[in-house]
Amino acid sequence: MAERKGMEVSIAIAEAASVCDVDCIAAYPITPQTHVVEHLSEIVADGDLDAEFIPVESEHAAMSCCCGCAAAGARTFTATASQGLALMHEILFIAANLRLPMVMVVANRSLSGPISIWNDHSDVMTERDVGWVQVFAENGQEAVDLVIMGHRMSEDKRILLPLMVNFDGFILSHMVEPIEMPTREEVKKFLPDFEPQQRLDIDNPITMGPVGMPVVYTEAKMAAEWAVRDAYEPMVEIMGEFEKEFGRKYKPVETYRTDDAEILLIMMGGISETAMTWVDKVRDEGVKVGLVRFRMWRPLPVDDFKKAIAGAKVLGVLDRHFSPGGPGGPMAQEIKYMLYGQDHAPKIVETVVGLGGRDVNFTDFDQIFDRCKTVLGGAPVPPFELIQVRGGHYGKA
Amino acid sequence: MPKQSPSPNWQDMALGTAITEPGSAKYQRTGDWRSSGPVWDLDKCIKCGVCAVFCPEGCITMRADGYPEADMEYCKGCAICVCECWAACIAMVEEKE
Repeated sequence: MAERKGMEVSIAIAEAASVCDVDCIAAYPITPQTHVVEHLSEIVADGDLDAEFIPVESEHAAMSCCCGCAAAGARTFTATASQGLALMHEILFIAANLRLPMVMVVANRSLSGPISIWNDHSDVMTERDVGWVQVFAENGQEAVDLVIMGHRMSEDKRILLPLMVNFDGFILSHMVEPIEMPTREEVKKFLPDFEPQQRLDIDNPITMGPVGMPVVYTEAKMAAEWAVRDAYEPMVEIMGEFEKEFGRKYKPVETYRTDDAEILLIMMGGISETAMTWVDKVRDEGVKVGLVRFRMWRPLPVDDFKKAIAGAKVLGVLDRHFSPGGPGGPMAQEIKYMLYGQDHAPKIVETVVGLGGRDVNFTDFDQIFDRCKTVLGGAPVPPFELIQVRGGHYGKA
Repeated sequence: MPKQSPSPNWQDMALGTAITEPGSAKYQRTGDWRSSGPVWDLDKCIKCGVCAVFCPEGCITMRADGYPEADMEYCKGCAICVCECWAACIAMVEEKE
């Protein structure tokens, strides 16, 4: 068992990429991801990791470089956030549809404007359709473990997809936490050398990324759909193997005190740490409330989610992003998709919280919980609501 | 025959829609794009080969007797050879069924 050491989470993620023995890192620094790549460049410069560190001129170039590295058969890692992820946008589709394994950590941050460097999920939620595997970490240890598992998943012959590890900017990235960092030798046992299924090779030339005429494009998209869907089973299997090797248990959907709970709060990312403490407080007062958290977001773990919420009467959904003029937050939309038409489906109270770094505290959970209670008591389900906003969402403070 | 089907079911597509057979573009019979094609007046031809050099499809070759010949399986009918010919000996002739 490795020892636990106090570390900034960004530094720990860089160390995790290092113990995974990555071959190529192409990255551009952006707040709040900067410490990840800064520390990785130090590790490479110090000679502690035999890797190519490519300091590129933009995130567009970073993702393009990563595609090249992965196509050449290198274990590839990068990190970004916010505007950087947005600048990668068009290349993200290409990485996924060319089936190029790589791991990218995203220190989730809001998008401009107004300019904001602080945390919410607007960066990643606008990249839901790119065809990557996407997971969310709750704390530093989980982020480290997901980077290690992520390489194994991404390179698994049954998956062969790029994988995005999301962790909240600042509230996780700049937090000092006790981290158990596996050694390179331990990781090597769990994560064997990358054996690419196909790669750029002058002796066996292939064309990657050709034109897809209308006669094949639809079939290519179907292949992409099943590539992500079919990643589910091997991902669960790899989580199981990780538990055997390192003792920490991970599953696609996490639950906390959901037994006999009538009201469940649904969320993802770091705010669930605060929410668990809040659940403890409210449970102590005898209220039946629990928490459900998505760890796996793509593929969408539909069955795990349905199992996790079974028996609940009201779900209070906490989105960290929304589509202006649209149907509300992305998580709530997808939960409705999963439950629509189902008998005895729970009612859904949709809220949006924690935008652009606004703290989510007990008072916010109390407020959401109160809304859920009125719905449980028979009140009509309110429209989606951005709570925490001065002036009130619908003009009623 | 191409090793990869030009219209596979999605289950049979190469990983990441890669093209795994080098030179497979030759299976694209681009000749059927053509509505008119080049016809040489060999009496005027000076055997310079400029038409073959400029042909973007690379489908013009010089015969053993020194005159050019186009492979009409691939000629798209772009008429660049007509424009480039020094002797003005090539004419575009409309093709009808």
